[in-house]
Amino acid sequence: MNLLNGLKEATNNMKITLKVWRQKNNATKGGFKVYPIEHVSTDMSFLEMLDVLNNDLVRKGEDAVAFDHDCREGICGMCSLYINGKPHGPQQTTTCQLHMRSFKDGDTITVEPWRAKAFPVIRDLVVDRTAFDRIQQAGGYVSINTGGVPDANEIPIPKKIADEAFDAAVCIGCGACVAACKNASAMLFVSAKVSQLALLPQGKPERKERAEKMVAQMDAEGFGACTNTGACEAECPKGISLTNIARLNREYLSASLTSYEVEVKGGD
Amino acid sequence: MKLDSKIPEGPLAEKWTKHKFNLKLVNPANKRKYDVIVVGTGLAGASAAASLAELGYNVKAFCFQDSPRRAHSIAAQGGINAAKNYQNDGDSVYRLFYDTIKGGDYRARESNVHRLAEVSVNIIDQCVAQGVPFAREYGGLLANRSFGGAQVSRTFYARGQTGQQLLLGAYSALNRQIANGKVKMYTRTEMLDVVLVDGKARGIITRDLVTGKLESHSGHAVLLCTGGYGNVFFLSTNAKGSNVTASWRAHKKGALFGNPCYTQIHPTCIPVSGDHQSKLTLMSESLRNDGRVWVPKVAKPGLTAKEAKNIPEADRDYFLERKYPSFGNLVPRDVASRNAKMMCDEGRGVGKTGLAVFLDFTDAIKRDGKKAVEAKYGNLFDMYAQITGDNPYEGPMMIYPAVHYTMGGLWVDYNLMTTVPGLYALGEANFSDHGANRLGASALMQGLADGYFVIPYTIGDYLAGISQEKVSTDRPEFKEAMDKVNNTINTILNIKGKRTVDELHRELGLIMWNYCGMSRTDAGLREAKGKIQQLKKEFWSNVAVLGSNNELNQELEKAMRVADFIELGELMVDDALNRTESCGGHFREESQTPDGEALRNDDDFSYVAAWEFKGENQPEVLHKEELNYEFIKRTQRSYK
Repeated sequence: MNLLNGLKEATNNMKITLKVWRQKNNATKGGFKVYPIEHVSTDMSFLEMLDVLNNDLVRKGEDAVAFDHDCREGICGMCSLYINGKPHGPQQTTTCQLHMRSFKDGDTITVEPWRAKAFPVIRDLVVDRTAFDRIQQAGGYVSINTGGVPDANEIPIPKKIADEAFDAAVCIGCGACVAACKNASAMLFVSAKVSQLALLPQGKPERKERAEKMVAQMDAEGFGACTNTGACEAECPKGISLTNIARLNREYLSASLTSYEVEVKGGD
Repeated sequence: MKLDSKIPEGPLAEKWTKHKFNLKLVNPANKRKYDVIVVGTGLAGASAAASLAELGYNVKAFCFQDSPRRAHSIAAQGGINAAKNYQNDGDSVYRLFYDTIKGGDYRARESNVHRLAEVSVNIIDQCVAQGVPFAREYGGLLANRSFGGAQVSRTFYARGQTGQQLLLGAYSALNRQIANGKVKMYTRTEMLDVVLVDGKARGIITRDLVTGKLESHSGHAVLLCTGGYGNVFFLSTNAKGSNVTASWRAHKKGALFGNPCYTQIHPTCIPVSGDHQSKLTLMSESLRNDGRVWVPKVAKPGLTAKEAKNIPEADRDYFLERKYPSFGNLVPRDVASRNAKMMCDEGRGVGKTGLAVFLDFTDAIKRDGKKAVEAKYGNLFDMYAQITGDNPYEGPMMIYPAVHYTMGGLWVDYNLMTTVPGLYALGEANFSDHGANRLGASALMQGLADGYFVIPYTIGDYLAGISQEKVSTDRPEFKEAMDKVNNTINTILNIKGKRTVDELHRELGLIMWNYCGMSRTDAGLREAKGKIQQLKKEFWSNVAVLGSNNELNQELEKAMRVADFIELGELMVDDALNRTESCGGHFREESQTPDGEALRNDDDFSYVAAWEFKGENQPEVLHKEELNYEFIKRTQRSYK
């Protein structure tokens, strides 16, 4: 329960200085702007604090800061934000679940978008993560159609395996792993889906092809190489484990050794 | 207008089977000649888009989020019901049907609900085949738990993240079809109107949220899978982007709106902490399997969770167990919510606002150990701690009801078609299967039933009967719709007023919560109507939306959604005023039993209220679809 460490007395009177990345669109250059903000409550979520800022800005006739968010309960993966040099800020959680009680009165907080070549900035703190969708489209599924499937209990799965697959399947696709990585590698994201389906009997028939195709798409999107520093695991709000990357490497290696579809990739 | 529900003749258990046989088919080679537009990519939308593409139709799918995987189905926690009877505890299709009808307080169609119970078993098979990692027993078979309103264990779950796992399953099926080129996916794209050609739905107008560009898309049918409208209350458990715009614009184009006042207030949510609050967080109903709900017998204002352990057993009122001994803490949501409100109205609420009751796990931790409780609910306990700053392993949680789901929605017939030919509504966006109250773990079931197992059959019957010819988006109907959307956008941008969109939305939410929330009265609803009309004027004369249409403009997106919520709010109030009975989540104080339970009036209100839009600022016209109970005998709902 590391979440409960460092709980502070409730107050609704913190003063915070925000340094926020502003960028009109992908074609223009961005820069930081500084906004002081008062009467911040420890019970506010980080995004609620940004709501307050935006309402103040609009009242003053300034454009609101654009940021992605939706469910605000830590599961949709839409919120991002690189806060004080860490994806999703100081706690190992999503930005929407980060509360102002994690900060002190008088703090200066720097807020940036995810920084990665494969995640171009759309506006302010909003980035384009469609590369993740394209990787999933390359093979993150079991090729069955609706209907005509066996009874659910005809595929018994040992609890341990089901639990392990579940632990990999909880990835929310937020991209914190990429933002945390000095190489902007997407290995943790890719390995989560590959692991889930490689562990389960339903995913076994296509496991080789899946690993190869998803890795090829990842490379094509411009994500960097994995050097096993573990920064991704440390920042993942859902605790996706590095063992998934090890499993992806095994899957990929065994696939490329036995692949019957030789893929010609050019020069190297 | 005569509402034709198209309910098939014959014995209840044979209706769907016979209907499927009687539906016209589109032959496999012809399916590729039809284009289907699917708006929304939650459980209903993603499953429909994938299944239709698998059959061979060309699908265009749309979502306003940056990825189809973000749709709010992802946030559903507790589980999905299915009449598998794997537990050998007496479940059956008929029992699931019966529980759902009763849970909905006898305001749903028998035929639809029976079909839902029938296909529930196929859904589990489908999801397992996709690789959805449901919870399992040590023997390797699927595990179940029980949920409110049922006395059997029929809920399948994936820890506290069932919606996520089911949606990622549907998303994977959708991805496969995108890769196959059968689905063209449009993300960050919002539908702003539906286009009718010769009285049939033949396309939509969308706005690219990144560039602001308006676009026309044509097709042979349009499916709205756009979710519920709980955000009319501003504070709800819905995602911030969830909105009624697609449904509302369809309503204004002729689709009747069914039972708009039926909203579900979920009993186990984290209480409001202050004025900055932007949304409410639900704690899964599954917590009521092990948590006991209580307040002090004598009012103790400001009692905190830390002080709760100082209250001796004899001074605690476990009010749900006391009043409903056979269902106890697992009474349906409407009953649990209303009772929590009654305790707080009596002044026995706890916490700094007095608007909370305790949900206590002390006994469960004593009985099963902290480890076992953590294994079942760990992520929920963490989430609670993160949001409130309290440790739920040491003291009880504090909970209060919050808006969670809307049973009302676009009126659809048995084929899921609205009153506009070729326009369908699936999942939470339609009104059809939950009556006046939805049971826990039934929303996921309905979304996937509609998308995987109903629409793939019923849409063929419609498409087989219309021309294969495509309509061009150059037609005047598209141009006219696009001009209208453009005008609305320009009007909003030119107001340049003083009030932010959030401020106005909060104000609407407060009106709805106070007068059209957990309990409603004639006088209160009349007052609300006036206030909403005033708010509408305020919005259109004083809203502040900066920037232009030709860029990512989140304030503009919100403003357009709030404009539609305001109009919907007024219709909800009209509907609540009209229905002078209490049923399920709709509680009219004038209609209650001597011990304060909802009192139905079957003689006068056994109908679906379907409202027809008659023009801007005109009163809507009520149409009634009588609900005929052929197979079930209605009784006063009791969980005692």
